[in-house]
Amino acid sequence: MRMKILSVLAAVALVGGCETASEESGKSSSSGSTALKLAHTANAPAPASVGVKAGTQQDLVVNVGDRIFFGYDKFTVVPEQATTLNKQAAWMKANPSVTVTVEGHCDERGTREYNLALGERRANSVKDFLVAAGVNPERIKTISYGKERPVALGSNDTAWKQNRRGVTKVTGAGS
Amino acid sequence: MTRANKRIKTGVLFVLCFLIGKPAGAELKIDITKAVVEPIPMAITNFVGANFGPSKYGIDIARVIKADLERSGLFRAIDPKAFIQKTHDIKSLPRFGDWRLINAQALIHGRAHLILDGRLRVEFRLWDVLAEQQMVAFVLTTVPSAWRRVAHIIADAVYKRLTGEEGYFDTRIVYVAEQGPQNRRVKRLAVMDQDGANHLFLTQGKSLVLTPRFSPTQQEITFLSYYGRVPRVYLKNLDTGREEILGDFRGMTFAPRFSPDGKSVIMSMAKDGNSEIYVMKLSTREVRRLTNHSAIDTSPSYSPDQKQIVFNSDRGGKPHLYVMSANGKKVRRISYGKGRYNTPVWSPRGDVIAFTKSYRGLFYIGVMYPDGSGERLLDKDFLVEAPTWAPNGRVLMFFRQGRTRADGTGGKTRLWSVDLTGENKREIVTPIDASDPAWSPLNR
Repeated sequence: MRMKILSVLAAVALVGGCETASEESGKSSSSGSTALKLAHTANAPAPASVGVKAGTQQDLVVNVGDRIFFGYDKFTVVPEQATTLNKQAAWMKANPSVTVTVEGHCDERGTREYNLALGERRANSVKDFLVAAGVNPERIKTISYGKERPVALGSNDTAWKQNRRGVTKVTGAGS
Repeated sequence: MTRANKRIKTGVLFVLCFLIGKPAGAELKIDITKAVVEPIPMAITNFVGANFGPSKYGIDIARVIKADLERSGLFRAIDPKAFIQKTHDIKSLPRFGDWRLINAQALIHGRAHLILDGRLRVEFRLWDVLAEQQMVAFVLTTVPSAWRRVAHIIADAVYKRLTGEEGYFDTRIVYVAEQGPQNRRVKRLAVMDQDGANHLFLTQGKSLVLTPRFSPTQQEITFLSYYGRVPRVYLKNLDTGREEILGDFRGMTFAPRFSPDGKSVIMSMAKDGNSEIYVMKLSTREVRRLTNHSAIDTSPSYSPDQKQIVFNSDRGGKPHLYVMSANGKKVRRISYGKGRYNTPVWSPRGDVIAFTKSYRGLFYIGVMYPDGSGERLLDKDFLVEAPTWAPNGRVLMFFRQGRTRADGTGGKTRLWSVDLTGENKREIVTPIDASDPAWSPLNR
C-alpha cells in the first residue's frame, strides 16, 4: 500500500506538469500509461494526503481514469472500457461546473486524413456515451488529432494499443 | 521568387522553333510509357557567355538542366571530359561527327549573358545528333535571379520535345516539414522548387499544420491548421502570404483539395463525429453537401474534367475507394482488393487514380483505372502515404516513414518520387523530415 501511494504521488507529479496543455506533451508518454494503471486500480477516492483538488484533471486521471482505448480501425466503446466512462459520467455529475474536451487519437497505421475522421469518431463515441449516461452535451467538446499526437512511442503493438484512445481533458474548471 | 515568376512571364521576348539541316528519317524520341527505358545519352554543354567564353550563369544553368533531365531517369549526361568539341559559338552548326563519336544522341548548348539593361538573356538549342537537326531553340530574357527557372523551362522544353509530354521541372512542392519526437512533433508548411532549391518555411510551427494542396491555377494553397486548437481548412496565398479560414463551421473541416478549375475547394466536414464531403465555391463561399452517409467520407479528389469525384469511405466496413458524380449522385465502389484503400488522387491526365493501400502490416502506393481495374502497386514499405501527381501525370511523389523505436528514435520521414511505370524511385532531399507533399502545376 505504501508503494502504491508513492507511485500515485509520482503519477500526480508527472501528470500535473501537463495538466493545462491541451495537446499532450512528450513527458506524458510514460506518465499516461502509469496513470492509466493507477486509474484502473484506484477505485476509492484518492487519499486526502495526496491533495488532489476535486474537479481537476489530476482528480480525473488519478481517481477516475481520463482515457479509454479502441480496437484497430474501431470506434465503438467495448464493455471493458465502459466502466471508465461510467465513472467519468458520475464524476462529471459530481463536479457539475466542469467542462471537458474529448480528444480522439489513432495509431500510426492509417492515412492522415482517414485517421482524422476516425479520431473524430472516437471522440464522439466517448461524448455520446457520457451524454447517454446523463451528462449535458453542452459540457463536452470534441477534437480529433488523428495520428498526430501519439502518447506512446514505438512502432509496436503495445504502443499502438495505447495510442488508439479517447482522452477526456478538463477545459473549464469547477468550483 | 514570386516577383521572378511574374517577370519571367512578361520577360519572354520571343520563342522561336526552327529547323536547320536535313529532315530526319528516324527522329530522336522516347516512349515514356514503357517500364524500362534505356536513358538517352546526351551532351549538355556549359552555356557560353557574352563573348562565347565561359559564363557563371552558363555553368549554373547547364548544371540545373542536367540534374533535372537525369532525375527523370530518361536521360544520361555524358561526362564533359569526353567532349571532343570543347567550345561552341552557337552561331554555327555543331560538329556532329565529334558528338557521334562519343555516342551523344542529343546535344544541348546555349549562351547566357547579362545584357545592357541588366537582365539575363539565355539562348538555347537542342540538337538531334544522328539526324543533324535542330529540335528546339528559344531565347528567354529575365531578371538574373530567375536563372534557375530558365534552366527548368529549358529542361521542360527538352523533355517535351523528346517525349511528346509536358515536362514537370518548372514546378514547386509544398509539403509539411517535421521535427522532434513523434509525440511532440513540430510541423511547418514549407515550399521549394521541385529539385529542392529555393526552400522556404511558410509557418513557424506554433500550430499543427497538415495536408497542404496547391491550387491548379494560382500561387495558392489550401491546408489544415490547428490554429487556436480548432482544426479547420485554410487558404493561403503564396505571393502575398495572406491567409484566411475556409472551413469556419461548427464541425472540424479537413482533407481539402482544389477543383481542377481552381474555383472551388472540396473537403470533409465532421458533424457529431460523422465526416461528409462538401464543396465550397471560393468566390461566394457557398457550400454544398455531396455525401450523406453514416460512414466516414473523406479524401475527395476531382477528375480533371471535374465531372466526377473519387473519395474514401468505410461504408462497406473497411476504408475503400468510391467514385461519385460531381453532384454527389451515382456513388459506386471501385476498389475491391484485399486490405484498406485510402487517399485516392485522380491523375491530371484522367487515366488513373493513385491511392495508398494497407494490407498485412505494410503500406503501398498504387494506381488503378477509374473503374477499379488494372491495380498496380508502385512501392511498398512500413508506411508510405499521400501520393501527389506531377502536373504531367507521369511521376508521383509521396512520403515514406520508418518505424519508430520505443526510445523515440527512428521514424525518419522523407519525400520520394516514382515514375508511373514503377521505375526511377528517388528521395527528394529536404533539410529536415518531410511529409504530405503536394505538387504545383507548371509555373508558366
